[in-house]
Amino acid sequence: MAAESLQNKPCGGRYGDIVQAIGHTPLVELKRLSPKPGVRIWAKLESRNPTGSVKDRVARALIEDAEEKGLIRPGQTILEPTSGNTGISLAMICGLKGYDLKVVMPRNVTPERTELLRMYGAEIVYSEGSKGSNGAVEKALDMAEKDASYYMPYQYGNQANPEAHYEGTALEILEELDEVAAFVAGLGTGGTLMGNGRRLKEELGDSVKIVAAEPMQGEPVQGLRSLDDGFIPPIIDLSLLDRKIFVTNYDAIVWTRKLLDEERLFAGVSSGAIARVAVRIAGELDEGNVVFIVCDDGWKYLSSGIYTRPVEEIEDLDSTVWW
Amino acid sequence: MAIVKIPPVLRAAVGGEKELSADGTSVGEILHSVAASHPETQSQLFGPDGGLNRYVNVYLNDEDVRVLDGLETSVGAGDTLVILPAMAGGAA
Repeated sequence: MAAESLQNKPCGGRYGDIVQAIGHTPLVELKRLSPKPGVRIWAKLESRNPTGSVKDRVARALIEDAEEKGLIRPGQTILEPTSGNTGISLAMICGLKGYDLKVVMPRNVTPERTELLRMYGAEIVYSEGSKGSNGAVEKALDMAEKDASYYMPYQYGNQANPEAHYEGTALEILEELDEVAAFVAGLGTGGTLMGNGRRLKEELGDSVKIVAAEPMQGEPVQGLRSLDDGFIPPIIDLSLLDRKIFVTNYDAIVWTRKLLDEERLFAGVSSGAIARVAVRIAGELDEGNVVFIVCDDGWKYLSSGIYTRPVEEIEDLDSTVWW
Repeated sequence: MAIVKIPPVLRAAVGGEKELSADGTSVGEILHSVAASHPETQSQLFGPDGGLNRYVNVYLNDEDVRVLDGLETSVGAGDTLVILPAMAGGAA
């Protein structure tokens, strides 16, 4: 007897290896978070990528771009500054493809990131925690300048980063929704916002609002010597953004819990911040679809206790680089 | 009168204060008022062309004024301006 045909296709698809399985993530409606009947909120679950974060798309694009341009060869060491997720994705891909990986990461990330990087075989170089991701970028650029044998994909300045979303994430969203009133994502390297923003504006016009949620780093992470230590990722084009809203670590964690408690969505801290902004934007609309990115799942944050303890009791709330 | 929150990197230039009150009806007026009272902040807040220093982000309540009307953005009594250094993220 023939099996009944499936309603949801392509069931995630069939792929030759784990790298090819990156992307094709679900878009899930969060009805309980919607502030009014005509406004639908959709979560794009980038947490469903093979290493559990949106950075799988970026890491694959960075490596394939370098391969296509003949910039790397098996056995070469790849060097990259990251607050964790990009390093984990690169480590998985480099391991499969035969490249060595060295990541530069702030010391004050959650310990799970270190474990995952080691698990995938990456070498870790820590940068000063008080400088946040700026310190990791500075240190990696310095290392690359001193040793020409490294290849640094440099997600902050590499167009392959936004292209991964322009050619991937955004097309998947457009496949599912004919209309998008607002797209909300986190601002880190800028890749997610630039790539999705450009494609969505091209396809849907200026009516789609591109909204950035960005971390308000706690004071212990603002340890710059001067403003000249500030950093603006070269791939960011602010003119593409309609709104740019910061979210404190406290609010990000409150909303990460809200995603869990109200929608049973187990997500990382940046996704809580993005959800908070998405719900605010939804409240300003009369109708339409609001799409937001769930950057990663919650596994990498479990040791911090944020899913079970009152937010007031979370240790190192302001001195941790959460995203 | 608006509240202006000062990041750690600028506190030495304002006598160690975490926040100040300043007069003005736009972001530009308020920041110039801060610079007039604390001259060391002038070169940190503003670039040579008089615009915002590239590495300073200023938020009206929680929205980046560069994506609003920049220094022309209107500020109401009771609003808060937050000054932050430009920091890299990495998760998104």
